[in-house]
Amino acid sequence: MIEVRWHGRGGQGAVTSVELLAVSAIAAGKFAQGFPSFGPERRGAPVAAFTRIDDKKIDVRSGIYEPDVVLVLDSSLIGLVNVLDGLKPGGKVIVNTAKTPEEIRKDLNFNGTVATVDGTGIARKEMGVPIANTTMIGALLKATGIMELDAMKDSIEHRFGRIAQKNLNAMKRAYDEIKISK
Amino acid sequence: MGKRVGLEVTVAVAEAVALCRIDMAGVYPITPQSHIAEHLSNLVADGKLDAEFVTVESEHSAMSAVIGAAAAGARVYTATSSQGLMLMHELLPIASAMRLPITMAIANRAVSGPLNILNDHSDIMPQRDAGWIAVFAENGQEAVDLSIAAFKIAEHKDVMLPVSVNIDGFQLTHMVEPVILPSQEEVDAFLPPFVPHATLHPSNPVTMGAFSMSDYFTEIMKAKDEAIKNSRKVILEVWDEWGRQFGRSYKPVETYRAEDADILMLTMGSMGETAKIAIDELRGKGVRAGLVKLRLWRPFPFAELKAAVKNAQKLIVTDRAVSFGGPGGPVFSEIKSALFAQARRPSIYNYIIGLGGRDMAVSDFVGMFDQVLADRAQAKADTYEFWGVRE
Repeated sequence: MIEVRWHGRGGQGAVTSVELLAVSAIAAGKFAQGFPSFGPERRGAPVAAFTRIDDKKIDVRSGIYEPDVVLVLDSSLIGLVNVLDGLKPGGKVIVNTAKTPEEIRKDLNFNGTVATVDGTGIARKEMGVPIANTTMIGALLKATGIMELDAMKDSIEHRFGRIAQKNLNAMKRAYDEIKISK
Repeated sequence: MGKRVGLEVTVAVAEAVALCRIDMAGVYPITPQSHIAEHLSNLVADGKLDAEFVTVESEHSAMSAVIGAAAAGARVYTATSSQGLMLMHELLPIASAMRLPITMAIANRAVSGPLNILNDHSDIMPQRDAGWIAVFAENGQEAVDLSIAAFKIAEHKDVMLPVSVNIDGFQLTHMVEPVILPSQEEVDAFLPPFVPHATLHPSNPVTMGAFSMSDYFTEIMKAKDEAIKNSRKVILEVWDEWGRQFGRSYKPVETYRAEDADILMLTMGSMGETAKIAIDELRGKGVRAGLVKLRLWRPFPFAELKAAVKNAQKLIVTDRAVSFGGPGGPVFSEIKSALFAQARRPSIYNYIIGLGGRDMAVSDFVGMFDQVLADRAQAKADTYEFWGVRE
């Protein structure tokens, strides 16, 4: 089982991403859970969302305390929220930022795998909006290999209709452009 | 054929209810139930569900509206949570006394105060004696299956009672997870159209919900008690039929690794799945631990419960609500009284857990087992404790 914790701010689409990812994983025949951090949440405030994906039925229903992967949708949260909290030894951090993995490694004082991609920049170019939630799914898939990029196609099309292709293009670019440093 | 999809559980439940071809829904939004109401109203607005969606002004009105519609012969549905259920409370015994088959989802949520929107069972527990059948779902699939089966149970001529399907708020309602949604043909084959015993109609006047003084009131209460006790047989039949048609069968009490267990834990609702992992961990360490899951809260499954716990030395009952100043959590009280007359019964321990959304990890379940296993003198048996409370 892989457990992913997403950090973002209310309104940036972390919950949409965990939902799309879970729906796609289930459509691909896997078992998955996608859920928000439960509670009242406000636009702009730090939020978390969670994904579990496994090849067998998932029984656990508690929160995720020791994620395998942390994905930071908004790099301004670094220093504000302990994004490394509970990260498993050997875990990975993926950050939406124009910085290099080495710079983020220093910011986080972290020795494990760090991956970065300028998701917001890509989203701006491909979709004309600075919303990188779907873009960063591409980064997550590349950094973890949990699923093929193609597995996202149906759920993105179902969700976004005529703007689906732009989302898929942005996702593909993040998949191709992510820099991973072990 | 049904299809396996990833859906938020509330949406899956609304889809399941639509497959039951309801005639009318009266729902007032409240977290964490609201997505059921939203999705049902979308289905009606999009022309995918031919039903009357009544946008009531409160939960009291929601329950009043479904009572009226059910009396007129409609297949009805409503859903609520917490304060909404508390506001409906006044009408719940009326629905059952009128013997109206109403299906209601309760997205279980803590009751105020303080205000809290997260999951526990403090909303359903005060409704215990309302004369409603009450069932608990453990995961999204069960929420779907039990919702569809609820209509068939409620409308059965030997039952004619309202049913609540309890679905833990957030832990279940807000989870996107795999669910097999049956096809319309499958649901049609399972659930025949509703044939009411009597209906309110101007051309054939009848009186429903009439006044009754001491001359008949006791008899009516006895009749209601008999009705809900008799519903047990139909519940078993309908769940068996569901199992035969869909391959997923349900029992009033289900167990996991309990047959040879020395120590059992009892859960109701979504926490059973996490507890299962704790059982596996304990088994791995050589502890003969097992799980008992109470699916049917009313009518209470006495025989099944007794059978499930008869060989255990210790039984840990978990409660998700408090009976303030009472003998322990509400489930604990029921279990104790159910086992009181048994010649041989396990020592019973009670933990009140997961109040107002307090998360319960696998380690919490293991911790409760460890604590009870260590109590060799049984000093804590027959008492209750708030698990993880800061004092």
